[in-house]
Amino acid sequence: MTLAAQWLCGSALLGLPVPSDAAGIVDQFLRVASLRDYNTRVVLLGTTLLGVSAGVVGTFMLLRRRSLMGDVVAHASLPGVALAFIVLEAVSPGMGRSLTALLAGAVLAGFLGILATVAIRRYTRIKEDAALAIVLSVFFGLGIALFTVVQNLPTGNAAGLHHFIYGKAASMVADHVRFIAAASALVLTLCLLFFKEFTVLAFDEQYAAAQGWPVLRLDVLLLALVVGVTVIGLQSVGLLLVVAMLIIPAAAARFWTDRLGWMTMVSGLLGGLGAAAGVAASAIFPRLAAGAVIVLASSFFFLVSMLFGIRRGVLVQAFALRRSRRRVGRHDLLRAMYENVESSVETDGSPEGLDLTAQPVAFDRLLATRSWSAARVRRLLAAAQREGLVTGNASSGYRLTARGAADARRVVRNHRLWEMYLITYADVATSHIDRDADEIEYVLDPDLVAELETALSRRRADLAMPASPHAIQEDSACHG
Amino acid sequence: MPGILAQTLDLLAGWRPLDTWIVVTAALAAMGCSLPGVFLVLRRQSMTGDALSHTSLPGIVIAFLLAQWLNKLGWISPETYETARHGVLFLGAMVVGVATAVLTEWVHKLGRVEASAALGVVFTTLFALGLILIRTAADNVDLDPDCVLYGTVETVVIDTLAGTGVPRAAVLNGLVLLVNLGLVVIFFKELRISAFDPALATTLGINATLMHYALMAVTAATLVAAFESVGSILVIAMLIVPAATASLLSRQLWLVIVLSLAVAGLSAPLGHVMAIVLPPLIFGRLGFDSVVDASTAGMMAVAVGMLFAAAVFLAPGTGILARIVHHAVLVVRIAAEDVLGVLYRAEEAGMASKATEVNHLLENALKAGPLLRGLAMRTLIREGKLVHDGAIYRLTPAGRDAARAVVRSHRLWEAYLAKHFQLAEDHFHDSAARAEHYIDSGTRERMAEELDQPGLDPHGRSIPKES
Repeated sequence: MTLAAQWLCGSALLGLPVPSDAAGIVDQFLRVASLRDYNTRVVLLGTTLLGVSAGVVGTFMLLRRRSLMGDVVAHASLPGVALAFIVLEAVSPGMGRSLTALLAGAVLAGFLGILATVAIRRYTRIKEDAALAIVLSVFFGLGIALFTVVQNLPTGNAAGLHHFIYGKAASMVADHVRFIAAASALVLTLCLLFFKEFTVLAFDEQYAAAQGWPVLRLDVLLLALVVGVTVIGLQSVGLLLVVAMLIIPAAAARFWTDRLGWMTMVSGLLGGLGAAAGVAASAIFPRLAAGAVIVLASSFFFLVSMLFGIRRGVLVQAFALRRSRRRVGRHDLLRAMYENVESSVETDGSPEGLDLTAQPVAFDRLLATRSWSAARVRRLLAAAQREGLVTGNASSGYRLTARGAADARRVVRNHRLWEMYLITYADVATSHIDRDADEIEYVLDPDLVAELETALSRRRADLAMPASPHAIQEDSACHG
Repeated sequence: MPGILAQTLDLLAGWRPLDTWIVVTAALAAMGCSLPGVFLVLRRQSMTGDALSHTSLPGIVIAFLLAQWLNKLGWISPETYETARHGVLFLGAMVVGVATAVLTEWVHKLGRVEASAALGVVFTTLFALGLILIRTAADNVDLDPDCVLYGTVETVVIDTLAGTGVPRAAVLNGLVLLVNLGLVVIFFKELRISAFDPALATTLGINATLMHYALMAVTAATLVAAFESVGSILVIAMLIVPAATASLLSRQLWLVIVLSLAVAGLSAPLGHVMAIVLPPLIFGRLGFDSVVDASTAGMMAVAVGMLFAAAVFLAPGTGILARIVHHAVLVVRIAAEDVLGVLYRAEEAGMASKATEVNHLLENALKAGPLLRGLAMRTLIREGKLVHDGAIYRLTPAGRDAARAVVRSHRLWEAYLAKHFQLAEDHFHDSAARAEHYIDSGTRERMAEELDQPGLDPHGRSIPKES
């Protein structure tokens, strides 16, 4: 929300980036959407491939809690690029434009950055977070210093190097795309080949090591893939933002699924979508830097996933929480009704002799049963009445319906079975039983109830409806 | 070498008053940053600092636009424009700083996204937003993305306070440093407790959440003051590296603070000198005569990185060098004790006067190689525990006492193992050969008591008496 507000605020203040004539936009939009321009096609393809491979690699980094490593690699690659440029220019002026050499420099420097981080963690008492920040900033500082040197070179093509920092997807040519496609294909193939290995590594490193997996080599391979993605991304999104392509799609995919295979696919898909949407937007509004727009498009997908994701999305979670609160409230009310009837009616002791539907329970007695507020009791009663479990009103008292009585019997039976189990097998003091049973009764499923019955049948005779092992208190103090 | 020295001096001869102001301004900015940095490092939130340095960008741009807008509306007069702009700037940065923390917390708690990934999502998004804003606003605003990101302390110092030669940026960063110092002094107790033991801080009635957001706000404000000088990306170096360096050198919080101030302050002159001297020295020799200097901010990050590396290697007690030396001393001591043991056993066997046997034993019964053995024996001779008379090595009385202690430790430990562990007889020796170097007289005493002052070890050899 805040993001949207900031964005609106920014756009309104600037009066930008809305081009003056709407017809121009529509025309531009059609050009982009129909992929009429060769250049648009090239850029779109290259960036989408990058997005997909970054999304896939990012999944494993996210699960390994190493997301920010990508940021270090990206920042650390800058001195490599600058140094490669200077060395090439020193060897023969004009050669500094060789992309392969510059990217090789980036790869080397990226690996050095990883090595430095690992060495700091290994040989000093500096913690992981500080190690990352140190390597990132010092390497980047060196990169900036070398950058100013490059600007002073007679043949200095500093503008070309600039793209490594901010990214410039639009300047991509077919050669770059071929490179990106090849590199992405390599990254994706390796991910596929080592999927099982990376899975084990991501979830249980110790287990992997104990099982004899070459954990260190796998780790190096995974980091090499990160370096690879970073280097591919340098050109299009720039080193400042390439980390977003590793983190955001993977974090977004987590909201949709609990299965790693699916998560990897969703992450790749979201990464590709975000990249494509960003490139398209920056093609329509040429003033917008592609890298930044790609990140914002990915962030948009992240926001949507966070809200609506079907596994861990905020809405799904809120809904599940509400449903479970309702269930707990219903169980508590039914048990309160049952116990009130039970304690006010003289029976022969057999549960069948207890007619739950005949006896009304006064509102005040329900209120006194637990530490409920009057409003909460009223809400619970209203909900139970809606569901047809309870009838009656405040003046005549409330009675269980036939269905409510059956539910109440089951709930109370579960509660008391569990209480007995705790007393018989877990050696819990009687005074603590009610609380513990309270917490578990809501989750007892029929299988478990059957198991409890067999476990207890050898020791107790009154399984049909056990008596409460403790006095049923009207005072709410013990129920907390 | 003399050539390099002469060239260095030659390059530094061009030092102007402006250079001094550059160093002063940069040092003040770096010192101001290092104070909140100490607490970020302690709280393991270094990457939060990195995130803040990125997200300050949209804050800066929006504040610039807002100030200009207010100016256009006539709400601020041109005379107070500079002051008002800085006020808006600080406010904007603090808002964005706290917003970063709050958004990260939301993504982390509501979305159950792992903390560092949540940070990554938030800061890249805000930074992308800032980049777009700065690009689209570049026409309206006197704000260069490169200046914001890398800082240009070289040109910032030209803007001086009217009537004096003092750069505005130096005054600003000096003020921020003073405010930060004041905050640290006033809230030292609270900061310390909440950094080391948040749970204890909460029980003592210190609001940990408030402390967290306050730290974020102060950090963001400090970053904004410094960004003009060192750039919004490079401030992260000033934020974290001095604090990390200081934390290698001391475990006392107040000393860490003082040391990180010193490291940060030192990085400025070091960085500026490197920026002036290194490029001509290195790249001039490669044939690039046009290279005159490099970015001071970048070189400051390199300089502070070098100071960190120096601390990693040279920190007293915990540095790599100290640990290597400590390890070497230990290895020599163990080898020397092994030599004593061998000679003692030779005396026991009555071979002490037979030179060939003794030399044979020394050469073959020790794990140490010839180099280490020589070093160990020289150490023993220097300590007066060993003499080389004629062709044979002999224990001196002091050496015999030391040797007896080693052998006594060895055999007592074997006896102890035999009593308490069900081990085969041939398993005792290796353990005892390691343990003998770490068992002191107190432990020997207690073992002997526990074993009723045994006379023999499990192999039937006599355990020498304590001397």
